[in-house]
Amino acid sequence: MTIFKFPESIKSRPTYGKLEYREGKSYLFIADADGAEAIIDLANDNKSLMAKSHIIYIPNQTGDKYISKLDKLDIYQLYIGPSYSAAQSRIIQAFEQSHMGLQVYLAGTEGLIGQALRDAMAAGIPHTFIQSEHRGSVARRMQCVHCKGITEDVINDPFVCSHCGLNLFVRDHYSRRLAAFQGVCIDAEDPGNVPTSVELYK
Amino acid sequence: MSGSEKINVKVSNVVPLNDLVTRFEFKRTDGKLFPTFSGGAHTVIELKDGDITRRNPYSLMSDPMDQEGYSISVRRDDAGRGGSLFLHNNVKVGDDAVLSHPVNLFSLDLRAKKHLMIAGGIGITPFMAQIKQLDRSHGNWELHYSVRNPKLGTYVDDLISMHPNDVNVYYDDHKNFIDIVNLLDGQPLGTHLYICGPKGMIDWVVGEAKKLGWPSEVIHFEEFLAPKPGEPFQVKLSASNKVINVGENESLLEAIEREGVDAPYLCRGGACGQCETSVIEADGDFVHRDHWLEDDEKLSRKKIMPCVSRFSGKTLVLDR
Repeated sequence: MTIFKFPESIKSRPTYGKLEYREGKSYLFIADADGAEAIIDLANDNKSLMAKSHIIYIPNQTGDKYISKLDKLDIYQLYIGPSYSAAQSRIIQAFEQSHMGLQVYLAGTEGLIGQALRDAMAAGIPHTFIQSEHRGSVARRMQCVHCKGITEDVINDPFVCSHCGLNLFVRDHYSRRLAAFQGVCIDAEDPGNVPTSVELYK
Repeated sequence: MSGSEKINVKVSNVVPLNDLVTRFEFKRTDGKLFPTFSGGAHTVIELKDGDITRRNPYSLMSDPMDQEGYSISVRRDDAGRGGSLFLHNNVKVGDDAVLSHPVNLFSLDLRAKKHLMIAGGIGITPFMAQIKQLDRSHGNWELHYSVRNPKLGTYVDDLISMHPNDVNVYYDDHKNFIDIVNLLDGQPLGTHLYICGPKGMIDWVVGEAKKLGWPSEVIHFEEFLAPKPGEPFQVKLSASNKVINVGENESLLEAIEREGVDAPYLCRGGACGQCETSVIEADGDFVHRDHWLEDDEKLSRKKIMPCVSRFSGKTLVLDR
């Protein structure tokens, strides 16, 4: 099972729902890894939906685990790409070519959902209107508040900033604009005094 | 003092536009500048009519950046409670009035990629100010304006001559109607929809947009309710320890104000939520007419919006 129940947290922390069918003119799904499962679940409940859907899917570590299942869904347009950055120009173009009535569905890791939400908002879609469902890894996309560098797929807390090398504490404080959680230096007052790193939610 | 801050003004011009609509222009009596406002804002105009003080909200339709004067355009409502008739029949150049600072419950969402405006009749007024605002910022907008006939097409000529490519006018009498489904279908992503007009038009456009999968977050509308007359009733104001009578032709809010109780308000049209009042005791039926309270709040009998809602029954005690 790829569903994880996040504990209650501060208001800034994003929360996710379950993808639900809505009336619309066209449908754009952006998903990574186990997010494919959420799309497959929705498609099984709404057989005709996929014929109106454009799916941008980034398998990442799940490889071809879901590809044959997706292929069977009779999707109007399916793109499979290596990373969000590689798919981003396609995603932005998909928004530019869409009209009002487009329904946007995001599924998978927080990093994918956050970045796709940021780009959807830039295209003029209210963030509260976009459906998202978390599936799979609980690793986070982190911004170092000191050097502003982004470290992807952070699963341990604290972690070392991949840009400036500071020891960063993984906060629930989130930025929708940056599509990242905030990492704050954990040993600023007493350099070198760093707690043992533990896996998130373990 | 309730409501927003007040500005003393004199009527500087009265311009009849057609059989139903007249524009009233105001200058400040203290010679200072008016505050700028944002398109879609309204003002509450306060006028003395004998013993009663009339307070009516109207959309500001002058240029939001023009600080020399404010203007409103008022449609005469022969069946209403007399506010618009009083303006049309009694208010002359040089008369004193009091305007509230502008309050905006129908503002443009400037995150929009495009502003699609739908106006019906006198519902054009907030758009007059919004168009001036968007024109200045080179905004992307389009107006679809439905009127009864060319004679009653308030500001149609001005709008068409200033913005021939962005203004579309429809005449009911020519069986010329807005094709809303085709208009909404194909709008670019990021379009926001604004509707001001009669209730039927608002419900129709909002309903079609929702059916086509438009987010409710991008659908904006404004409908001012005028308080409707009704059976007189008696109310006890608990905090002020007063028992007051609400007459047939006044609203509960007006009766409270008449008795010298300073009750909060902003829009006086059932939209803003400012006058929400707690009910302590009620034996009778509420006549809820506002857009503010949720249905379950209306059923709870614990809240009332005194600007437009009434009561009929034995006892009503309010926490005011």
